[in-house]
Amino acid sequence: MNSVKRQKQRKVLLMGKSGAGKTSMRSIVFSNYVAKDVRRLGATIDVEHSNIKFMGNLMLNLWDCGGQDGFVENYLTHQRTHVFGSVAVLIFVFDIESREFAADVINYSNIIRALSECSPNAKVFILIHKMDLVQTRLRDQLFAERADYIRGASEGFKDSVDFFATSIWDQSLYRAWTMIIYHLIPNAASIETLLQQLAEVIDARELILYERTTCLMVTHVTRGMENENPYTDRFERISSILKTHKQSMSKHTGIPAGTANFAEMQIKTGRFMFFITRLTENTNLAASIPPSEQIFNAARINILLARPRFAELDIASRPRAPAEGG
Amino acid sequence: TGRLPNSKSGDGKPRLLLMGQRRSGKSSISSVVFHKLPPSETLYIEATTRVKKESMHSFMDFQVWDFPGHVDYFDPAFDTENIFEEIGALIWVIDAQDEYIDAIMRLHKTILNLQQHYPAINVEVFVHKVDGLSDDFRQDTFRDIIQRVQDDLSDAGFENAPVSFYQTSIYDHSIFEAFSKVIQKLIPQLPTLEALLNSLCLSCRIEKAYLFDVLSKIYIATDTSPTDIGNYELCSDYIDVIVDVSEIYGWDRPEGEAGEEEYGESGNQDAESLITMEKKGNNYLYLREINKSVFQRPESASMADPKQSRYLALICLMGEDSSAEKKALIDYNVGVFQEALKQVFPR
Ligand SMILES: Nc1nc2c(ncn2[C@@H]2O[C@H](COP(=O)(O)OP(=O)(O)OP(=O)(O)O)[C@@H](O)[C@H]2O)c(=O)[nH]1
Ligand SMILES: Nc1nc2c(ncn2[C@@H]2O[C@H](COP(=O)(O)OP(=O)(O)O)[C@@H](O)[C@H]2O)c(=O)[nH]1
Ligand SMILES: [Mg+2]
Repeated sequence: MNSVKRQKQRKVLLMGKSGAGKTSMRSIVFSNYVAKDVRRLGATIDVEHSNIKFMGNLMLNLWDCGGQDGFVENYLTHQRTHVFGSVAVLIFVFDIESREFAADVINYSNIIRALSECSPNAKVFILIHKMDLVQTRLRDQLFAERADYIRGASEGFKDSVDFFATSIWDQSLYRAWTMIIYHLIPNAASIETLLQQLAEVIDARELILYERTTCLMVTHVTRGMENENPYTDRFERISSILKTHKQSMSKHTGIPAGTANFAEMQIKTGRFMFFITRLTENTNLAASIPPSEQIFNAARINILLARPRFAELDIASRPRAPAEGG
Repeated sequence: TGRLPNSKSGDGKPRLLLMGQRRSGKSSISSVVFHKLPPSETLYIEATTRVKKESMHSFMDFQVWDFPGHVDYFDPAFDTENIFEEIGALIWVIDAQDEYIDAIMRLHKTILNLQQHYPAINVEVFVHKVDGLSDDFRQDTFRDIIQRVQDDLSDAGFENAPVSFYQTSIYDHSIFEAFSKVIQKLIPQLPTLEALLNSLCLSCRIEKAYLFDVLSKIYIATDTSPTDIGNYELCSDYIDVIVDVSEIYGWDRPEGEAGEEEYGESGNQDAESLITMEKKGNNYLYLREINKSVFQRPESASMADPKQSRYLALICLMGEDSSAEKKALIDYNVGVFQEALKQVFPR
């Protein structure tokens, strides 16, 4: 085995005005907070760095940038190249409740300008956040209006920027972060191919690959009838179900939430069978299969056999060609 | 609310009355426990102005009557007989964050009245909203309320009135646990159920076993080993996982999916589930839905959402030395338990 594993560092900036919810969402997705815990968080002073080992050797280098005016001023001037250099992804958070939307957008364009100067190949994600505070029937329209306006101020990133409506109180946060992570995984396509083959071998209706600690989905394969599953948000829902359950387990067993992992979970009913099992060091596989003991048993054996092939794919356990931006 | 209040006695549909001062939290409790309203949304509940009657169709049918705060329940204008006749329990809610002297006085009057005419009624006092209080202050408040109620009653000559006290909050599981205990008192078969669960625990090295009503997440029985709110929470959260995943993948598939017939062999409609934790190495939680059919309600009575079939689930926290390899043994014993349950609740 290669003793010096290459670490793939990917720098991710998390920006937006103070109080927009940056630290809250980071704590929920990566540090096992639950939504109601975040009221205890104070304003972020300057930049808080966290290194999050995601899959294999992919290292997310997350910069949570405190949003108070003084700090932002400093990012844009003295620390300009330090902050905006070699960025892979910028996540900019808008607070939907903000009374100074126009001013927020001006701040945003200042940041976009610095980014295009120092990291022109970065990818930009916009999260329009705290959507729970908007009445349900007004949400879509308000989101579309804001997104349009922000796109207009996105200069060189106009055509590539992606928008998400989010809230810490539902799965929308998971949906957005799933897309962001997907963007950062360099070999998603080869993982998908392998997963597709496995799904056919075990006759699965659906396979979902999750990162173990965050419970974020890496990718999934859906076959046959399951494509008609009416719950189109099921991937995020399962992420948050699992996350909540891990928290509950860790509270009871005294195992820290970060390491409270199931070795195995299975549900058998007359309509479907479902199980979650370890696939690689950093991933869990969730499988939905037809309700049959034979298929269930065969699937477990085949997954066991497939593990080594997936382990090879676990990111950067083999040296790979360097990707752009990082 | 479409059903008439029970008028004939002995139909097995007990009534729970929620009473107490205005803003003490009665409507919130009923919405959170029986309608799954998120606790934070109770802030928008409007004051109750008339008696609100809810029918719960769970493993056991019961009614919850939510009363407006400022009425004299023994005012002749009220049909007291109609109110108290079928009652299973009176739940008196006291806001622990507020002045409670008046609440205790009214509770006292109510108990005295009940003792005269309906001495068999359980009085359950919920010392409520304890989430806002520090641990010490909460204990002091709780003790003070118990002391005052009991002193008043013994001054009035009642030493052993059937009054119980609970600390509750809608922001955690305590309100569900309190309801569980209130309802267990109304189940005549409770001792039998407990004995069955005890013997199951013994034969399978189970640490703790609960029989849950899946819809309301109230547990109707547990083995007689000491209970711990943490265990209850864990099991209750686990039910959520099973219910949510079953909703996602149990959707109605059109008939005739390729090869579907072959699966006929495993036509077991009762879901079962098992979780093994990595650090423990043992299977940690075991769930089995129990006889959806035993408690099948008569067709005519079906007012509830048909998709929400009502059933019980047996949930076991496995002991340290009850490993996954013993699952066959557990399955067998659960089968025995299930058979015994059918004797307890014959159709
Ligand atoms: N209603 C609602 N409130 C939220 C949401 N996300 C965060 N909040 C609240 O917003 C407040 C500010 O959150 P923080 O995460 O500290 O904000 P921040 O962007 O990190 O602020 P700075 O560190 O000063 O830049 C907290 O009180 C959170 O409870 C959301 O989705 N909905
Ligand atoms: N902190 C706290 N507040 C509660 C709790 N239960 C209810 N409340 C609040 O108490 C207020 C009054 O509740 P409501 O149900 O309308 O009282 P009712 O008049 O007795 O029906 C609401 O603002 C609720 O949000 C609780 O357990 N803890
Ligand atoms: Mg912050």
